[in-house]
Amino acid sequence: MTDPADRGLLPNGVDDPDDLRSLLAEHAYLADTGLGTAVFLALKLGRPLFLEGEPGVGKTEVGRTLAAVLDAPLIRLQCYEGIDATQALYDWDFPRQLLHLRAAEAAHAASDVTALEDQLYDRRFLIARPLLAALETTPSVLLIDEIDRADDEFEAFLLEVLSDFAVTVPELGTIRAETRPVVVVTSNRTREVHDALKRRCYYHWLDHPTYEREVEIVCVRVPEVNRRLAEQVAKATQALRQADLFKPPGVAESIDWTEALVALGVDDLDPDTALRTIGAVLKYREDQERMGRLDVGEIIAASLGA
Amino acid sequence: MTTDRMDLASAPVRTVVAIGRVLRAAGVAATEGRIVEAVRALDGLDASRRDHVYWAGRLTCCGDPSDIERYDRAFAAVFGAEDQAAPGPELTPVREQLHLVPVSGDAGDGAGNADDGVTPLATAASRGELLRERDFAELTPAERQEVDRLLAQLRLPGDVRRSRRRRPSRTGRIDRALTVRALLRRGGEPARLLYARRRERPRRVVLLVDVSGSMSAYSTALLRFAHAAARRGAVPTEVFTIGTRLTRVTRELSLHDPDLALAAVGDAVPDWAGGTRLGTLLKEFIDRWGQRGTARGAVIVILSDGWERGDVALLGEQMARLRRLAHRIVWANPRKARPGYQPLARGMATALPHVDDFVAGNSIAALERLARVVSGASRAPVRHSGSSDGFDREPGNA
Repeated sequence: MTDPADRGLLPNGVDDPDDLRSLLAEHAYLADTGLGTAVFLALKLGRPLFLEGEPGVGKTEVGRTLAAVLDAPLIRLQCYEGIDATQALYDWDFPRQLLHLRAAEAAHAASDVTALEDQLYDRRFLIARPLLAALETTPSVLLIDEIDRADDEFEAFLLEVLSDFAVTVPELGTIRAETRPVVVVTSNRTREVHDALKRRCYYHWLDHPTYEREVEIVCVRVPEVNRRLAEQVAKATQALRQADLFKPPGVAESIDWTEALVALGVDDLDPDTALRTIGAVLKYREDQERMGRLDVGEIIAASLGA
Repeated sequence: MTTDRMDLASAPVRTVVAIGRVLRAAGVAATEGRIVEAVRALDGLDASRRDHVYWAGRLTCCGDPSDIERYDRAFAAVFGAEDQAAPGPELTPVREQLHLVPVSGDAGDGAGNADDGVTPLATAASRGELLRERDFAELTPAERQEVDRLLAQLRLPGDVRRSRRRRPSRTGRIDRALTVRALLRRGGEPARLLYARRRERPRRVVLLVDVSGSMSAYSTALLRFAHAAARRGAVPTEVFTIGTRLTRVTRELSLHDPDLALAAVGDAVPDWAGGTRLGTLLKEFIDRWGQRGTARGAVIVILSDGWERGDVALLGEQMARLRRLAHRIVWANPRKARPGYQPLARGMATALPHVDDFVAGNSIAALERLARVVSGASRAPVRHSGSSDGFDREPGNA
C-alpha cells in the first residue's frame, strides 16, 4: 500500500485520512472524518471529488485549501447558465489571428498559403480556458464551482473531459494531462446533477458542523477572537439554524459575523449587539422580517443563557 | 486495476458486496461499477476499520442526500447499529405496502359488463369513449384494468421556455463568433453575416400528487398518470407525493413497467392514505426543492382535493410563495367534476386565488384536458363567482 506509484498526489508523510486532516488543519481548514477520507481517496486514486451541501458550509474552501496544501495553482471555473465550451475549455484568439494575417499581408510574406494557415492555428493563438489550463498545468487543483448553475449540455461535455482528462483540438491534436489535476466539483443542489457525472466522482454531502467543531473553525479562521465570543457566536448561529428561516446561516456567516464583531471591538455578545450586526448572518429581507416576529433577541438570549 | 490483485473472497470485499445488495434492495442505484469503485477505495484505506469501510462505501455508492439516509440504514443492517453513523429513530418510518389490486380475469370483454351500464350493442370504440369519461372512483375492477392501459398511453407534451443558448438561424441577432469564424475560414474575406436565435427548451413540470385518505379513490390512477407523464413526456418531470409527508418519487417512477413503478412508489411512500397537511408540505417542498430550482419557471401541477387538516393561513402563504417562483400553477381537483361543485373546502378556497388554471382530473378525458392545459395549448382559468369566498383577482392576470 506504500508503493510510491500508488500514492497518487498524496503529499509526503500522509499515509491515512487522519494525517491528511491534520495537514488540512495546518492550513486552517478543519475537516471531519468523512471529508478527510473523501479528500484522501480523491488524491490517492485520482478521482474527482463531488461536494454538495447548503451554501456556506465550506465547499469552495476545500479547493482553495487543497491548492495551498499541495502548493499547486488553483484553477477555478465558475459555472453559470449558458456557459459553453469556448468559455470553459479553449477558444481561438480571433483578433490576434486576424492581426497575424494582416501583418503577413503587409510584409508580403504570404507566399506560402499552407504555411500561413498552419501559423494561424498555432498554440500561441489558442486561449486556454480553465479546463485546458488545468490539463496543461502539473500539478494543479481544478475547482469547478456551482456546477448546478450550468445547464445539462455542459454537464455532458464536462463528463467527457473528466473521464479522459484529455481534450482534442481539431486543428492541433489531443492535449492530455501529464498527471491528472485534482478536481473538486461543488454544487448547491439547486437542481439535480446527472448521475453519470456523480458516478465518476467521490460524492460527499457536507453538513453544517457540530457546535464544538464550529467553535474550533471560528477560532482558527478569526485568530483575533477570544474563545468565549467564538462560543457565543457558534451557539447563536446554531440556534438560528434551528429557527424557521429562509436561508439558514452557514459557517461562512458565523465567520463573517465574528469578524464583524471583532472589528467593532466587541468581546461579549449580548442580544442588543447581535441585533445590530444581524446583517452579517441573515441576508434575506424575509428572514430579517421574520426575525422581527420570532424575536431574534430572545433566540440569541436563550442560546447565550443556555 | 487495483481490484485484480485483491483477494475477491476476502472479508472486506464480501462485506462491500453485501452492502451493495442491501442498498439496491433499498432503492439506491449501487451499480456494479460503483461497487468496484467502493472496493478500490477500500483498498486505499484500512479495511479493518469500521469507519473506513463506512466512508469507502458512502463516498462511492451514494449520489444524493436521500441515498445517505438509506445507506446508513443498509450499513447498520449489515454491521449492526452501534456507532454515530447509525440512523436516528425517525429514519425508519413504519411503511405501509401499496398493494396493487389484481384484476379478476372473469369479466373479459363481453357478457361480464352488463352490470356497469354499457349496453350490449356498444362497440369496443364507444366503450373506450365511455371509459374515458368515467370517474376513477366509480370503476369496476375490469374497467380499472382497461383504464390503466389507457392511462399508460397518456402523454404530457409540456410547455417551452426561451433558453439562454442560441442556435444558428436565418433571422435573429448577428452571431459575431460564427461570422468571424466564417470570415477567417475565407482568409479574412468579407463574408455573409450569420444569425442566431434563442433556442427553446422544454419547461419543467412538477407534479404534486395527494395520496391522503380523502384522495384514495384517485391517487393510484393519478400516480399512473404521473408515471406516463414522467416516462413518455417530452419535458423533464418531477413527481412528489404529499399526505402527511413529502416524498420525491421521480426515481421510483422511472421504472419502465407501470405496475413495478407503482409498487416501488408504494414502498417509498410512508404515508399512504393518511391525513393531509398541505400547507406544511408545500412549505417543505418549496424549502427543500422548489426554491433551489425545481419550481423556478416550472409548471406546477397540484393533484389534490384541497382538503387541509392543518393551518389554512400557512397554505395561503405558501401558495403565494409558490406563485412567485413558478411559471404557472395548475390545480386538478377530482371533486370539481361533481355537479354543483363549489370550492368550499377551506384549503381549496384559500389556495384558489393563487392558482392559474383549475381543472378536474377525475377521468381519462379530464387528464387529457389537464395535459393540454399544462402544455399551454388550452386554458382553464379560475373563474370567480363573486360569492362569499371573497377572492378578488384581476381577470387576465393568469
